[in-house]
Amino acid sequence: MDILSFALPLAALLPFLAAPVAANLEGSRRSAPAWVAAIAALVALLLTVPAIPRAFAGETLIQTWAWIPSLGLEFAFRLDGLSLLFTLMILIIGLLVILYAGYYLSSKDSTARFFTYLLLFMGSMLGVVLSENLLLMLVFWELTALSSFLLISFWGHREDARHGARMALAVTGMGGLALLGGVLLLGQIVGSYNLTDVLAAGDQIRAHDWYTPTLVLFLIGVFTKSAQFPFHFWLPRAMAAPTPVSAYLHSATMVKAGIFLLARLFPALSGTSEWLWIVGTAGMLTLLIGAFVALFQHDLKGLLAYSTISHLGLITLLFGLSTPLAAVAAVFHIINHATFKASLFMVAGIIDHEAGTRDMRKLAGLLKYMPHTSVLAIIASAAMAGVPLLNGFLSKEMFFDQAVVASAASPWALSIPVLATLAAIFSVAYSLRFVHDVFFNGDPVDLPRLPHSPPRYMRIPVDFLVVICLGVGILPALTIGPLLAVAVSATIQGELPYYSLAIWHGVNVPLMMSAVALAGGIVVYIFRRRLFAWNDKRLARIDARKTYNSVIEGIGRFATVVTRRFDKGSLQHMMAWTLGGAGLIAVVGFASRGGPLLGDRELTDFDPVALIAFGGLILASLLTVVMHRRRMVSLIMLGVVGLLISLGFAKFSAPDLALTQLSVEIVTVVLLMLALFFLPQYTKETSSRLRISRDALWAAGIGLGATLLTLAVLTRDLSPISGYFLEYSKKGGGGTNVVNVILVDFRGFDTLGEIVVLAIAGLGIFSLLRNIRLHASMTDLRGRPWSTDAHPIILQNLSRLLFPLMLLFSFFVFLRGHNLPGGGFIAGLITMLAIILQYLSNGIAWTSARIRPDMHQVIGAGLLCAIGTGLVSIGLGYPFLTSAFTYLNWPIVGKFEIASALVFDLGVFLVVVGATVMILVELGKFNLLQADPNSNAKGKR
Amino acid sequence: MEFLIALSVGVLSGCGVYLALRSSTFPVVVGLTLLSYAVNVFLFSMGRPKVGAPAVLDAAAETYADPLPQALVLTAIVIAFAMTAFVIVLALKARDELGTDHVDGAGETQISNSKEAKAS
Repeated sequence: MDILSFALPLAALLPFLAAPVAANLEGSRRSAPAWVAAIAALVALLLTVPAIPRAFAGETLIQTWAWIPSLGLEFAFRLDGLSLLFTLMILIIGLLVILYAGYYLSSKDSTARFFTYLLLFMGSMLGVVLSENLLLMLVFWELTALSSFLLISFWGHREDARHGARMALAVTGMGGLALLGGVLLLGQIVGSYNLTDVLAAGDQIRAHDWYTPTLVLFLIGVFTKSAQFPFHFWLPRAMAAPTPVSAYLHSATMVKAGIFLLARLFPALSGTSEWLWIVGTAGMLTLLIGAFVALFQHDLKGLLAYSTISHLGLITLLFGLSTPLAAVAAVFHIINHATFKASLFMVAGIIDHEAGTRDMRKLAGLLKYMPHTSVLAIIASAAMAGVPLLNGFLSKEMFFDQAVVASAASPWALSIPVLATLAAIFSVAYSLRFVHDVFFNGDPVDLPRLPHSPPRYMRIPVDFLVVICLGVGILPALTIGPLLAVAVSATIQGELPYYSLAIWHGVNVPLMMSAVALAGGIVVYIFRRRLFAWNDKRLARIDARKTYNSVIEGIGRFATVVTRRFDKGSLQHMMAWTLGGAGLIAVVGFASRGGPLLGDRELTDFDPVALIAFGGLILASLLTVVMHRRRMVSLIMLGVVGLLISLGFAKFSAPDLALTQLSVEIVTVVLLMLALFFLPQYTKETSSRLRISRDALWAAGIGLGATLLTLAVLTRDLSPISGYFLEYSKKGGGGTNVVNVILVDFRGFDTLGEIVVLAIAGLGIFSLLRNIRLHASMTDLRGRPWSTDAHPIILQNLSRLLFPLMLLFSFFVFLRGHNLPGGGFIAGLITMLAIILQYLSNGIAWTSARIRPDMHQVIGAGLLCAIGTGLVSIGLGYPFLTSAFTYLNWPIVGKFEIASALVFDLGVFLVVVGATVMILVELGKFNLLQADPNSNAKGKR
Repeated sequence: MEFLIALSVGVLSGCGVYLALRSSTFPVVVGLTLLSYAVNVFLFSMGRPKVGAPAVLDAAAETYADPLPQALVLTAIVIAFAMTAFVIVLALKARDELGTDHVDGAGETQISNSKEAKAS
């Protein structure tokens, strides 16, 4: 098979496959998890290599598998220029970060945990950029939020790490929800969630009534992820993460995911005035605020964080301008920012690692301690400032050029180049601060450690990135030109505009702006002390976190108030609300439809026997309530109700139901009796008179409602869908008992779910009854002691005699179930009754010694049988649980059908037997255990 | 006959609701069981009950009862039993943990319990 036909999903999923491997290397050599991560990233990179020529040829590679077609969800991946650019960034910078982190992490940190999280994150990012289906992309998008939460909170013992991680998760998670809304709307508008269709439908989307809500929801998702104003505040807090994480997440990947999406859907959403205003304004504000605040940060990583915010704002602003040339500048700046910012974060980590602090008020003169690193940092900072001959300069020139072009649009647009220059001045100033404060500026002040050069391999990633900065800066057309071209043409999905990657464009307005920015930045830096003083006095108090915290606290308080109103810690209260709410909905629904309450279907006459039976049913129900304080009596009345219902099923042509109800009724009563042994025999009336009358009114209302609802339905005609089942029961399912064929064949999947529920209930009860201590009272209601007689001998002997007969009957019912009333459920219940009868008449000890099989295993075997039947049909190439059948002719039983459905029914049988016997026997055994010590105590007394 | 069925459903659900609103666990479990009967009968009756027409294919039969609600109700009966069992065991566990059979784990029943404990 051609590697190209499945390379993309494999590349995206490979880190996920490698993550558990890395996680399991805890305790082996510290470098082992790093090797796993590096190999995974390298193989993922190699997997994309065969696709690269195609992407460069302008082709879009798409690999699709159906997942849930009815929802528009496909397992679809896509590689074009833009995804290729991001894939390369994620994997190459990822590899560098892995190398760097291997030396950065201290011996106290678990490398296995770190690289597991890193791999999860890498896979999620690859998924985001490689997804063709937007719903699939959303899944990966959420995964990036979750895995970045794990990475940011890696040092979970530190409070700032926990807070920062939580804030990042809350903000980006909220954005994820908004994005989900946006994508769903987009899918509704276009009729497909596949990018190919969405990107081609730009005009349709922009003309649609839902365009504005779609755009706003989509942009909330983008802005939260990419830390755009007013959602920028989480990014600086996320700096509590280990520095390799910051270098990876906050330069090249996580925050760029938002930018990626902006670029991805650029052809579908951009070009309207809404887009221009929202994206442009947010970008411009973010650019300015980030650059301004960055200057006042004393923490190296804080400076870099705000600088990142500012550069992200720049890219957003460029996309906001909507012209193809602005898109070129934006994509170019994405690459440049990733390289210089990742290297600067790594330098900050090296300084922290070697000097023990990141505070620029303490650091100084590091040039003489770590000359090599210092030179790298100076070059990268110069790129950040936009100094000529470095990559940052080129994209910044393009940005200035576009700002000038945009200024022609209207008078207010004149502010764009002015503000852009202002931001650039601050950008130069903080870059200068980074260089001058740290590497020059005299000698360091009381550093925790005497700095020296870092390990060689910690520096190599920085070397690599700085070489790229230089290479792109000096020879742009040779180095980055082709990749930029394919990435841009994939972004704008159209003709590539003319642009020049030359370093020298002659003396023009952008060059003047650059010159002003450089000079202005130096001036600002010289006067920094006054600015710092002014900032401390005026602006330092403004903290977006306070707003965030008050919003979060407000939501919490609101939720508490609402919850308190409904949940007063009382089940009765909640029940009343729930039932009342259901009743209200029914009344409103009924009333709003209008029309008569009753239909005009011809009703059946009633006969005297039925009248008596129904009378008995109603009487017994009422007695259950009236006598409810004498629990035993109430329970017996409940049994009467159940038996009469079973008669009703028999009367109205439902023999299967009658048999089921009959068996279930018996075990229910036995079960409740067993439980009653440990509960008070009498209910004290604790409710007030008011509450009793209120409850009675409630009950009467709901009873009346249920009566009317039933009548309303029964007096109308029915057009059933069961004609299909009746017709195909014999032809398709091979059985004449339609109810059973529905259970094991037509709706076999539902039945499978139901027996799983049964099995879980059985296991749940089993575990609830472990380590439970209960005290049974030794007397009945009137103070008479319980009988301690031996089991009645006649019952003992009869029941032993009956046992094989009951099993035989159960087998018979099981076999004939497909054609005549019976089947797995009923046969299971009969077998269970046979077993329970033994326990009742012979006692736990005697029976347990003779009925050996462990009910856990019976349940397990049943589930295996049922699922196995389904899997066999998959193995034979049919859908899950398809059945096949043939006929057998046995003496006495007669001709019967043997179907694969019979094996499924056997599974049902085993689960029913296993679960029900386990429930009853566990409770019964428990009675024995509890009763014994008590009786001993009594004997002593 | 339809009136009788409707009336039974109403009485069953009314009784079930009243018991479900009681304050000690046992009547609540009994109430929920009654409620599940009501729901089962209601669902079953949605197929418009017929007399003497079981859904077992037979050349001589003119009409059949609707098999679909029957199949639904059959599993519902078994599951309702499992849930009843689970809830009653939960009630036992609650009595063990909290020393009372009040549904909210509080209230006057606590006193009657301690009396009982003394008596035994």
